[in-house]
Amino acid sequence: MDPLALALIELGAVVFALGLLARLAGRIGMSPIPLYLLGGLVFGAGGVVDLAGMREFGHLAGEIGVILLLLMLGLEYTAQELVTGLRGSWQAGVMDLVLNFVPGAALAYMLGWGGVGALVMGGITYISSSGIVAKVITDLGRLGNRETPTILSILVFEDLAMAVFLPILTTVLAGVSFLGGLQALGISLLVVTVVLLLALRHGHHVSKAVHSENSEVFLLNVLGLALLVAGLASAMQVSAAVGAFMLGIAISGTTAQNASLVLEPLRDLFAAIFFVSFGLNTDPSTIPPVLGWALALALVTAGTKVATGWWAAARAGIAVHGRARAGAALIARGEFSIVIAGLAVASGAVGGELAAFATAYVLIMAVLGPLAARYVEPVVRALRGPRGPQPASARVPF
Amino acid sequence: MDVDETELPGFGVRKDFMTQSGRRIGVVCHRDGETELFVSDWDDPDTCAASIPLTAEEAAALGNLLGGQRIVMQLTEEHREVPGISTRQFHVGADSPFRDQPMGKAAIRTRTKVSVVAIMREGEVNASPGPDDVLRNGDVIVAVGTHEGLEAAAQILRNG
Repeated sequence: MDPLALALIELGAVVFALGLLARLAGRIGMSPIPLYLLGGLVFGAGGVVDLAGMREFGHLAGEIGVILLLLMLGLEYTAQELVTGLRGSWQAGVMDLVLNFVPGAALAYMLGWGGVGALVMGGITYISSSGIVAKVITDLGRLGNRETPTILSILVFEDLAMAVFLPILTTVLAGVSFLGGLQALGISLLVVTVVLLLALRHGHHVSKAVHSENSEVFLLNVLGLALLVAGLASAMQVSAAVGAFMLGIAISGTTAQNASLVLEPLRDLFAAIFFVSFGLNTDPSTIPPVLGWALALALVTAGTKVATGWWAAARAGIAVHGRARAGAALIARGEFSIVIAGLAVASGAVGGELAAFATAYVLIMAVLGPLAARYVEPVVRALRGPRGPQPASARVPF
Repeated sequence: MDVDETELPGFGVRKDFMTQSGRRIGVVCHRDGETELFVSDWDDPDTCAASIPLTAEEAAALGNLLGGQRIVMQLTEEHREVPGISTRQFHVGADSPFRDQPMGKAAIRTRTKVSVVAIMREGEVNASPGPDDVLRNGDVIVAVGTHEGLEAAAQILRNG
């Protein structure tokens, strides 16, 4: 068959299948990410059907998916929110980083994946999925809860930490020395600070530059600028995704809201292709050998996230139930763990084993996280037994 | 009265306070303009027993109900010494003949001797409105008068 026709048919079949998976996910009320990964596994290298024709498109589309994921994340926050969030929550953020980075890194060392593998695995276990967490909080009607600002500020810290972590990872993956890694750390910290300062003072100029009443012009402006900034950042070794994230932060106000609206369908499409092509490039037969370790790490890092949330919520003066809710809400890992794993695998600096591990780990965590958030309350209630005296209104007469 | 304002990064702002009965009550103002009303659980003030998304119109109507009730209570208290005088609130519905008309058209004062002392709209109070003030759908009118006069005024607002 004509290669173009073949690629179109494959792409169409994949996108259509993704639609079915997303519908299934919506029906059972879970995140579609694990289903996309599973879909990719089934149709990928060593899977049921080998879709070689769309791999080239899948690669570039996946990159765009990552850029859009991070751009939209940046659009959700204003620079002001990030700065106040950081000021209020850095202790919890550091606690989160230490407790959740170490288990992944330690296991990578134990399995003999070396320093680079440890850095990648630490990143994978550290970063919660802000997409899944935000959806869980909204779905469970917990926006008004007292622990919610604590959860959100930890997510803010994580997202900013990503902006520093990804450039370091990119340089280390490129095989630069330890000194080069430190240099990257310095550069990325500087870039993040400068962009935050610029966004605080001159964010409206950026918003003005991309703004247009015509939605077509607006879409092309925002998307074009995002790809440009991402490309330039990538050329400067500061990771394309981080460039897009910083651009998202700089755009603010109604422009940011409108940009989110026009970009959302694009993000959904390209991010889905990113997840599926990550799955496509993972050989399903490599998963069973690492499944046991992935499950063990999932349990440990679920525990460390609960500990983080518990500690942070207790510091904010929240009672036991709220602490448990905050901890459980943070468990979900998802898109950003796959972004980190995707970067590592694409660079070729780590083995295919790591891709298999990341897939299995995210599959478990993306399912476990929302379930834990939903059922933590009845569990804590049962563990603590009946509560103290009830108020008069709730007491049964006689 | 201390209303706490908390930023919810990525969502908007939460504004809430603790009631005397030990419930936390407040709203989440989403960045896209939506409002969510929430009330805390009775045994755990950290969590929400109910969380209700409101449209702009519904939020305004709720604000009027709460504010209107307060004005009525105050006026009732002030007129307690005067026998035969009461205070009532009326809603201007979508089907009211005086919707989008200046209040003077209804001629409530001339026809019933009732005084309209306030119009509540979107949680704001327009005290001592004049005949040129236009009535809108969802407004709450607070009026003072005799019992019979108020009945008549209600009839006029409903049926013209």
